[in-house]
Amino acid sequence: MNCIMEIITVLILFFPLAGFLVNSFAGKRLKGNLSGIIASTSVLISFVLVFVLFIRMLTGTGSSETISFGNWINAGNLLVPFEFRIDPLSVTMMLIITGVGFLIHVYSIGYMKGDERISVFFANMNLFTFAMLLLVSAANYLLLFAGWEGVGLCSYLLIGFWFKNDDNNYAARKAFVMNRIGDLGFLLGLILLFVQFGSFSYDVISAKAVYILPGNMLITLISLLLLAGAIGKSAQIPLYTWLPDAMAGPTPVSALIHAATMVTAGIYMIARSDFLFILSPLALIVVLIIGTFTAIFAASIGLFQNDIKKILAYSTVSQLGFMFMALGLGAFSTSVFHLTVHAFFKALLFLGAGSVIHSLHGEQDIRKMGGLKKMMPVTFLVFLAATLAISGIPPFSGFFSKDEILTRAFHQNPAIWVAAVGGALITCFYMFRLLYLTFYGNFRGKEHVRSEIHESPWIMLVPLIFLALFSVAGGLINIPELFGGNVLFSKFLQPVFINKQTIDNHLDKYSEILIMSISLIALVLIIYLAYREYVQKQRIPVNDINTLPFFKRIIARKYYIDELYELLFEIPFRWLSEKLFAIAELKVIDNAVESIGRISLLSGRYINRIQNGNIRLYLFAMVAGIIIIFFINLIAF
Amino acid sequence: MEKVTSAIQVIPVEYYMYISFALFAIGVLGVLYRRNTIIILMCIELMLTSVNLLFVAFSAYHSDPAGQVFVFLVMLVAAAEVAVGLSILVMMKRKINSVDIDLLSRLKDEK
Repeated sequence: MNCIMEIITVLILFFPLAGFLVNSFAGKRLKGNLSGIIASTSVLISFVLVFVLFIRMLTGTGSSETISFGNWINAGNLLVPFEFRIDPLSVTMMLIITGVGFLIHVYSIGYMKGDERISVFFANMNLFTFAMLLLVSAANYLLLFAGWEGVGLCSYLLIGFWFKNDDNNYAARKAFVMNRIGDLGFLLGLILLFVQFGSFSYDVISAKAVYILPGNMLITLISLLLLAGAIGKSAQIPLYTWLPDAMAGPTPVSALIHAATMVTAGIYMIARSDFLFILSPLALIVVLIIGTFTAIFAASIGLFQNDIKKILAYSTVSQLGFMFMALGLGAFSTSVFHLTVHAFFKALLFLGAGSVIHSLHGEQDIRKMGGLKKMMPVTFLVFLAATLAISGIPPFSGFFSKDEILTRAFHQNPAIWVAAVGGALITCFYMFRLLYLTFYGNFRGKEHVRSEIHESPWIMLVPLIFLALFSVAGGLINIPELFGGNVLFSKFLQPVFINKQTIDNHLDKYSEILIMSISLIALVLIIYLAYREYVQKQRIPVNDINTLPFFKRIIARKYYIDELYELLFEIPFRWLSEKLFAIAELKVIDNAVESIGRISLLSGRYINRIQNGNIRLYLFAMVAGIIIIFFINLIAF
Repeated sequence: MEKVTSAIQVIPVEYYMYISFALFAIGVLGVLYRRNTIIILMCIELMLTSVNLLFVAFSAYHSDPAGQVFVFLVMLVAAAEVAVGLSILVMMKRKINSVDIDLLSRLKDEK
């Protein structure tokens, strides 16, 4: 029976990799949609296989296990096998990656049609899928890190896909470098993990961690370092500025990598390391604070953005903040639940935005949109569904996950609840602002763009519809007991988290209903307010930011964080780099290397004189040599 | 053999060594200092001859015929080498119409 799991696991990882190789090497020869079809098919096959694993897990024939395929590194004390962990958490992640990934691949066939490097695009997308699958299915931290780096690489490749434009390259570099900064922390954490536990495997570490007292300094340090990696990867404060810039990449990339999957790797990793984090209350508090702060901070920036993708980008950062908040509260399965539904509606939002951008021939400024409701009805409907989901309106999926987070926040500390609700309200407002400005009212762009507006082709619409279905019905997997539901998802994940977080809250029914109602009423109020501003009053965001009043201007300028980073890091670094170049490079190293050359040439010029063709000199040299050898022999004996 | 030996041993063997070394030295210096290729070849012969002398001298003084046998071989080599050397000389004469060895400097690194 074990064999089946092993074969399936290998195949799940194999197909996207195969898709990558095929598209890489035979890409140029594949005509039309063939690259896309090959790429999508490989992801689909992986999805089917993951689904098989999922069903086995549900019906009880398969259970959580670690599958090992021999050793990767075997050097003295360091033994790292190729091992994979198949348990509810990794299966959930894999379902999202392959499922949503498949839908995005299909969408991309339509979106990227006609691009001359389309096979490279699909090759990179498949490589990304492979790396991400590796990340979530690894059973030890080192293999996870391999996938971690892989997705970072693919993110770089895909953000800078249209490399002819320098801005894209800058954005790609920024993403990669910021990621790297987090990775430094991650690596240090890994090293300390090995020092403490002697292994990188989850099984070994979690078994040994049981014997460690909570509050242990080393574990806290490790947790904080791993957190640093997660901050970089999942775009939390302070390493979040790369994500809005990453919108320079094609929209399907934004949907897949920067919404549904790669950025969730940090959250997955922390959830995976629950046995470490619960030993360190300090680390959990840090996670909570960073998550909460990021959620509100990013939401506030999103309020003043006018580029459709940038709004969604800040929204992603904010929602990731919510997920971190849940992790910080110790509610690991809640966080994963929110991750799942977020993947659905965020991917949907991005793909919908992509449809709009595609239809408007590249226009991304919502001030130049409007009235698309009638011209792109399907897109409008799915976008509306996603907006309702992200705002947390029941019965859409976002409501259930967000409500769970809010309830737990209140249970921990009402102040956190207030902050969380604040974040949720801001989210609701800017999302509906986006919806209203894009789809309602009259079209505000140029006439020649208006005449070209059309609904997207079926190949782009069908994935949207599927994602909309999941966004709507996704909440069904985890209906809280309050509503008579049987929290299936949390129960499914329960064996993974030793925290054994209580599925039911300690709050009594009435306070829970009260809290829920408060936030719901507030949300509806916000939707009405947004409606009044942007539909009834037909307000359009100002064209020139400089005309805004002081505080609004600061937020619109994203709190000048980018400028701050440039001042603190880029400028000193560039200065240092130039100085080093002028001195160390040009003066010292170049000189040193050239001197060696010069010595050769100079000595050559003198030694050259021996070879003058004069036979008598050669004869003399021979005789002199013989005499010298003779005397050496004489003296040595 | 003994009679010859005792007759010869009136002169100490060192004298033969001195002559041989002197001849050899003259030969070496001749090879190094003379410009005429024919003279150089002759000096090479002189070196070989001095060695022959030494071999024979030792052979006589120690009553060991091995030295004299070796002289045969040396003379053989000398003869062959002279044949080759003289043919090179002839070619040289034909090529540059001179026997001055300083004119042969084609191995010089032309800068």
